[in-house]
Parts: sequence; structure tokens; C-alpha cells
Amino acid sequence: MRQLSYYSAINEAFYQIMGYDESVFLIGVGVNSPWYVGKTMEKLLDTFGEDRVIDTPVSENGITGFGIGAAATGMRPVIVFPRMDFMYYAMDQICNHAANLNYMFGGRQSIPLTFRAIINRGGEQAAQHSQALQSIFMHIPGLKVVMPADAYDAKGMLIASIKEDNPVMYIDDRWLYDTACEVPEEMYLVPLDKGKIVAEGSDVTLVASSYMTLEAKKAVAELKKNKIEVELIDLRSIKPIDSELILKSLSKTGRLVVADGTWLTGGVAAEISAIAASEGFNLLKAPVKRVTLPDLPAPCSGPLEKKYYPTYLDIIEGIQSIIR
Amino acid sequence: MDKTKSINYVVDISTEKLEELFIKMTRIRIFEEYVAALLFKEEIRCPVHLYVGQEAIATGVCANLSDHDYVLSTHRSHGHYIAKGGSLKALMAELYGKKAGCSRGRGGSMHLVAPEVGYLGSSAIVAGSIPLAVGAAYSARRKGDGQISVAFFGDGAMDEGVSYESLNLASLYNLPILFVCENNLFSTHLPLFKRHLNQNLFEKAQVFDIRAVRIDGNDPVEVYSEAKELIEQVRVGEGPVFMECLTFRWLAHVGPTPDLDIGYRRKKDVEEWMERCPIKNIKEILTRRQDWNKEKTEAIEEKIINEVEESYRFAQESPYPSVTEIKKGLFTE
Repeated sequence: MRQLSYYSAINEAFYQIMGYDESVFLIGVGVNSPWYVGKTMEKLLDTFGEDRVIDTPVSENGITGFGIGAAATGMRPVIVFPRMDFMYYAMDQICNHAANLNYMFGGRQSIPLTFRAIINRGGEQAAQHSQALQSIFMHIPGLKVVMPADAYDAKGMLIASIKEDNPVMYIDDRWLYDTACEVPEEMYLVPLDKGKIVAEGSDVTLVASSYMTLEAKKAVAELKKNKIEVELIDLRSIKPIDSELILKSLSKTGRLVVADGTWLTGGVAAEISAIAASEGFNLLKAPVKRVTLPDLPAPCSGPLEKKYYPTYLDIIEGIQSIIR
Repeated sequence: MDKTKSINYVVDISTEKLEELFIKMTRIRIFEEYVAALLFKEEIRCPVHLYVGQEAIATGVCANLSDHDYVLSTHRSHGHYIAKGGSLKALMAELYGKKAGCSRGRGGSMHLVAPEVGYLGSSAIVAGSIPLAVGAAYSARRKGDGQISVAFFGDGAMDEGVSYESLNLASLYNLPILFVCENNLFSTHLPLFKRHLNQNLFEKAQVFDIRAVRIDGNDPVEVYSEAKELIEQVRVGEGPVFMECLTFRWLAHVGPTPDLDIGYRRKKDVEEWMERCPIKNIKEILTRRQDWNKEKTEAIEEKIINEVEESYRFAQESPYPSVTEIKKGLFTE
């Protein structure tokens, strides 16, 4: 099968689903801007026109409400945020409206809406252009949150998000864009609520998501050299969390390390630790280890930034600290 | 606004249309007064923002809409829901948190919905539903069959940034939407003059090249006729329109009292506005018509009282949602 890059997989998913379903449209600040969205939106404007690929004024909250209103009336919008940092402007529409409407209207008002939220960290961009907000959105009832880590899932989960009758927060990390794997040419769906085993092992369970899955793979390969067999789970779905898969793995390994690309306190890793403590307490042979960002805004300075983002080395250190 | 403005009895509008406006306004008024009594008795417990005094606006605008058109509204939305044709029974049941409520007991007074008649919902976040109405207008334009979207909101919404984003988007994309700003001069307790130096709210829409007018929101004929003309333009694709309707709420920001004892408004002002009652206005026009009589007025009022009492009985008899169904409705399966 052909290899496709992560960014091309996103582009192809948009191209195919927009060709298949006229109710799908894209709206966002900079949806056509190469320095905002990389190559993920190439040729969509030329193919589908300005009515369906809407590059808007810088009005994040307004355009989010716009998307919700369109979703409530038969459309399937994708609202694009080229930096997750900018989503704070739209928090009212995301959390008070998109997430709440169906429930507060007694299940009578579906909101088939995809937020495409891009993490764009690194590059000395500092605190306001680097954030990963999956932990915040996983807290909000009414949102599904997914973070594909490879090109196959990037395509299948994007199509599944757009076909889903509920709001989905689809988060992609630009550090993944140039990775590639086998991707089918046709449209296909990847479930929005299931993790997957990336590597099997019996010594420790390593749960990672999005870009951290890539670092986790490196850690798994390194540790294998030392005869440490790591079972790597790519979370894929942040909400709901596939606790069944995690607990099953934990019953085999008894040890858990979670690698997540957002902050420590109250984050994805904390939630998974809580699942292990409350539902897998008897399975644990060692403390749970979290590998995350420190509780700090992203710094600009090169050396500080390098220290700020965890790598496979931090994961290895985390695993070794509980395995001795 | 000239509070001494006299009623124009000779209006170019059919008695049938006047009757329709009278019926709809009276339905809202009697329903709201009935609910006020239930609030005093603490039978209804969810927070309720009554629409008494402002009936002409929802009625005059919605009389120009079909079920196919979209309406979005606010925390004070009983009037819009009723004017758009939402069921009284489902509304009353919702106020009681019953399963047969329009929002299945999940929403309460501030979160009404009636998709079957194009009432897409109320949001209790100030200005929150305005961009939704703009998005609904986009859907309408994509369908291209003359359908339009209407956003009802109060003067408080003009304090929010998202309102201006929404006006800009609607103007930029030439969307079929009518913005209806019900300026009742207060955002909860805070008067307009303490919130805006320029209190001509319609002028703020004009900045976006949107056609904007200010009208007397207590004159049902004026609201109906202005809305008719403006909506015709919106329907044929001439872009968004903004209508500022001056009005006043008779009762509290929230609840059934008149809010006279908490220091933000004067009894005299409330009384002056009550003199300019929109329902009294239309009744006086009707009674001067050859083809109208007092018996017709009374029969309509009696029929509506029965409808409201029936909605009350319906709500009383309806069961609560089962606690086993507390999660139902979070996601569409």
C-alpha cells in the first residue's frame, strides 16, 4: 500500500468527504493560509469554492457560533483553529453552546460539528502560540476529544469526526505532519472511542497520545535493547478514554507510565492515573508515573524550550524509575 | 422615545391581521401572568424571565415568518417561542421540569426549543445565540429557497463583543438574517446610559453597512409593518437588517415581582410604560373597526385562558423524567 504523510492524509480526508457530502464546509481564521495550516488545506478552496472554504475575519467566538448555528440547521461544519491558543476566544461558544445544546434541549438538537484544533508548539513561539488544550476540553461534557498520532488515524478519524452527529474536538499536532505510514486511498472510518496497541510488552504499560506516541515509540525501541518489554497504547481518543484497553494491559504489566503533551496538573495523564488508581488499584505493582509538560507556560529561549518539551529520554527515565 | 405618542387608529392593515396579532400577544400575556402566579406560589422553581410588556416585538416579527424560518433567542424567550408557534403545553411542562417539556426537562425556562416550528433555541448566555442565528442564515442561503433567520436579543447583548463579530460576518457574507434588538433600557439592573455613550444602538449596526432602523417596540402595528418590509428585503437576498425596538419590561429581570424596591428603576417610569401597553393599543384600534366588537375580544381572551389552563393541567399530570435517563440527550446516538 502507498505511504502517505500525516498532512496529506488530512488533506485527502477533507477532499474526499467534501466531495461526498455537500453539507460539509470549512470555516476558520486562516484556513487558506499556508503558514497557519501547513499543506493540510491545499487545493480545497480551488475545488470547493469560497462558499465552502471560508477564510474568515479574526473573530474566533463569532465563527464558532456561526458553525454551531449551521450545524443545528443541517450542515456539517469543520471549524479550524490554526493554533489551539486562539480557542480561548471561542470558549463560550465551544463550552456553553456546542457542548451543551443537545443536552439542554433534551436531545432534540444535534450539533454535528468538528473542531479542527492544531497544536503548533516549538519554534520559540512561547506561551501564546504553543498550547495543547486537550485536558481542558476533556473536562467538558458534550465534547468528544480525539488526537490521532499517525497518518492512518489522521484520515480515518477526521472522516469519522465529520460524519459524527455530535461535536468532536479533533486535535492534530504539526510535529506529526511529516510522518508517514500506509494509508488507504478510499474513505474509511476509525472509531472515535478506541485506543490501539502499538507495541506489545509485559513489563510496563505506556499510554501516550498524539506526538508523544512518536516519542514513546523511540523509548520502546531503546528499552527493548535493555530487555525491557513495553506495551505501548496509543490513546487516540482522549474522551472517552478507552479504560478497558488500559486496564487489560495493566493486568498484564502491573506498571503504568502516561506520556501526554500537555500540563501535569489536572491533565490527561492525571485522569488516566485516576482510572488506574480507582479501577486498577489491585493490578498496580508500582506507583504511576506521569511524563508531561511542567506546569509552566511555554518559554521562548531555545535552551528553556528544549527543557520544556519532554522527549523519549524523559519517558525512558520515567519507566526506569518504576521498573527496577 | 416620545412616551406621550398617541395611538394611530387609522392603520392600513386588515382586521384579520390585527386579530392575529391580538391573539398572539394575548396568548403571551396571559401565559406569562399565569406563570407569574405560579412563581409566587413557588410551584415553578426554575428561574423565569417574563416577557410582559414586550409582546408586540416577538408577535409583530414572527407574524412575518413561516415554520420554515429560523428563530433564536435569549433567556427571556417565552414570547418568541410562543409567537413562533411553539406548544404551550410543552412550554409549561418544561417550566416544571417534566418529561413532556419542550426540552424534556433538561432546559427549563431559559433553554427552550421547538425545532418543529423553526424555533432553534434559547441561550441564557448574553448574545450567545446571535452568532448561531448567523450560522443558520448561512444554511438558509446555501439552500437558497428564501428561508431566513432571526436573532432576538436584548440591549445587554450590544455590550458583548460577539454581537459585533456576528454583525460583521452577516454583512460580509450578505446573509439572510434579521437582527431584532429589544431595547428595554436595562441590562438586568444597569441602565443603558451607564453602558453606552451612544445609546442609539441601531447606529452600531450601521457601522457594518447593515440597514438599521429604530422603531417603537410597543406599537404592534409598527413592529409588524416594519418587520414585513424589512423581511421582504432579507428574503430576496438584500442582506442583513437590524431592527432596534424600544420597549420596557414591566416585571423583574427575573421572577414575578415588579422590581420596584431594589433601587434601579422608578415606579413612575414603569407606570408610564404600562400606559403604553401594546395589547391595549391593538384592542383600541380593533374596537374602532366596523367589523369588530367587544364580544369577539372577550371570546378570544376566554379561549386563551382555557388554553393556558389546559397547559397547566397537562404539566401537572405529566411525569418527571426518569432518573435512570439522566444521561439521555448528551449525545445523539
